[in-house]
Amino acid sequence: MAEHIISRKTYTYVFLALLVLTGITTAVAFVDLGALNVVVALAIAVVKMLLVALVFMHVLYSRRLTQITVAGGLMWLAILLVLTMTDFVTRGWLGVPGT
Amino acid sequence: MITATVEQKHYLNAEYGLKSWLLTTDHKRIGLLYLGTITFFFLLGGIFATLIRLELLTPPGDLTNSETYNKFFTLHGVIMVFFFLIPSIPATLGNFLIPMMVGARDLAFPKLNLLSWYLLLAGGLLSMWAMFAGGVDTGWTFYTPYSTTYSNTYVIATALGAFIAGFSSILTGLNFIVTIHRMRAPGLTWFRLPLFVWSHYAAALIMVLGTPVLAVTLVLVALERAFRIGIFDPALGGDPVLFQHLFWFYSHPAVYIMVLPGMGVISELVSTFSRRRVFGYGFVAFSSVAIAVYGFLVWGHHMFVSSQSVYASLVFSFLSFFVAIPSAIKVFNWTATLYKGSISYETPMLYAFGFIGLFTMGGLTGLFVATLGVDVHVHDTYFVVAHFHYIMVGGTLMAYLGGLHFWWPKMTGRMYPEGWAKLSALVIFLGFNLTFFPQFLLGYLGMPRRYHAYPDEFQVLHVLSTAGASVLAVGYLIPLVYLVWSLRYGKRATANPFGATGLEWKTSSPPPTYNFDVTPAVTHEAYDYRALAEEETEGVRVG
Repeated sequence: MAEHIISRKTYTYVFLALLVLTGITTAVAFVDLGALNVVVALAIAVVKMLLVALVFMHVLYSRRLTQITVAGGLMWLAILLVLTMTDFVTRGWLGVPGT
Repeated sequence: MITATVEQKHYLNAEYGLKSWLLTTDHKRIGLLYLGTITFFFLLGGIFATLIRLELLTPPGDLTNSETYNKFFTLHGVIMVFFFLIPSIPATLGNFLIPMMVGARDLAFPKLNLLSWYLLLAGGLLSMWAMFAGGVDTGWTFYTPYSTTYSNTYVIATALGAFIAGFSSILTGLNFIVTIHRMRAPGLTWFRLPLFVWSHYAAALIMVLGTPVLAVTLVLVALERAFRIGIFDPALGGDPVLFQHLFWFYSHPAVYIMVLPGMGVISELVSTFSRRRVFGYGFVAFSSVAIAVYGFLVWGHHMFVSSQSVYASLVFSFLSFFVAIPSAIKVFNWTATLYKGSISYETPMLYAFGFIGLFTMGGLTGLFVATLGVDVHVHDTYFVVAHFHYIMVGGTLMAYLGGLHFWWPKMTGRMYPEGWAKLSALVIFLGFNLTFFPQFLLGYLGMPRRYHAYPDEFQVLHVLSTAGASVLAVGYLIPLVYLVWSLRYGKRATANPFGATGLEWKTSSPPPTYNFDVTPAVTHEAYDYRALAEEETEGVRVG
């Protein structure tokens, strides 16, 4: 299969977007958003990850099998996070006897 | 009259000299390099097992103190898990056979394959250095805070050894996945693949998806130990149970890295020695993938008493029962394959029978420990030790030995002595049960694991277990002797001594360097003994 050529312009835009998002992450770190601190930081990180994977790593232009493989990796990460959180989120629900 | 025989060229005599082995990219030679390496580590791990069993012969801790005993069981576990069991079937038999089974000349990335062997060797040597420098006493699980706050032993070096060996596993898995996807012979569709290939494909998925998490976890332990970065230590803001989550996310599926390839071996053996197509081929194939996927959803059953939330434990307990389904599908289908089969009792089949029985016991006792209430009673006791040895040794090791005997003629061009081989299979089966069955009873009665001293009432069972270990050791040494003997004195093997189907049996024993003179084309289903008989008749007629 012929290699998809991505234009220099697209690379430049993505690079600039990554720089802007890094700037936003840094700026947001100085603002106290309470419980949203982590959420915002992670949301920006996810967008950056997607830009790198889809454009720089050519996933957007790859065969379906490659895309499924990448999606599989993300799904496995989700399994790790979700099932681990079933512990951390519910650990305090029952309380400690005698306290 | 003078007759001269010209020795056939094959992968073993194509080149000579140390360099031809150390720089080889031939998957078959790399398989043999792995075979030698893991045999060495098996013997080393066996020495520590012997020391453990000797210490437990008497109730007081009289052979060694508790610190040294901690090192014994840690090194036994680390060596056996990371440097023997995980690479055992995939890296030796898988490496040797998968390209041949799919009709290819080699794996997709031969140089990467060689690199993976060097990585295992490097990881093993580093862990051995740590062992001689002072050992490690955390248990093979490297649990925090044993491995962070409280350990003064060589944790980082040993963990780094496992970390490096992990990359060997990732590269092997990657090689298998790409080879199976891209290099199948013409006509070899997914549902014509031998089940050995399916099970290795499933195991390779786990290697690629799970092993990086172990690597990350071990790096985090090293970072906390070296730089006091708070990840697992509560005093630094960390959480020790997080380590167990990350560790078992890999290490529970790792059990399936060990046992899935073994299941693949058993499918081949049961079919060959009953002369029947594996019953429910599709179910057995997909059950391998199902085990690989479900295996990632159950890790929390190792943490029922580790302060994991009881709600999370309920979820993990529930999910754990699901893994029993695909495992049971396999066992029932192997049994159904035997029905009305033309069964013969060569050595590999004896190992297959041993596997089915012992794996079933290991699997069913797995349901005991997946049950929340029962696990509270038996957690960290000898019941658990017996359970996982029935899976890892009774399952994987039996399959490994069965497979090694089955494909030994293909690998070496020589037959093993059948009488000795049957005897050793029997000795191993008896020795194994004598070693580990008493441990179920010990655990149920309350004997905790990882203690070097115990109350007098447990001694009888411990003596039985140690006696069994001695029998088992003899059982393992017999094949070591006769397999080495057979390399020189064994009867020369034909291309297909067991009348098996599969492309690997269509080439000479031992195979030529590039496996096949011409790329084979596949025109029938897997395990088609009628087609094999027709081909043989045709061959005789043409000959």
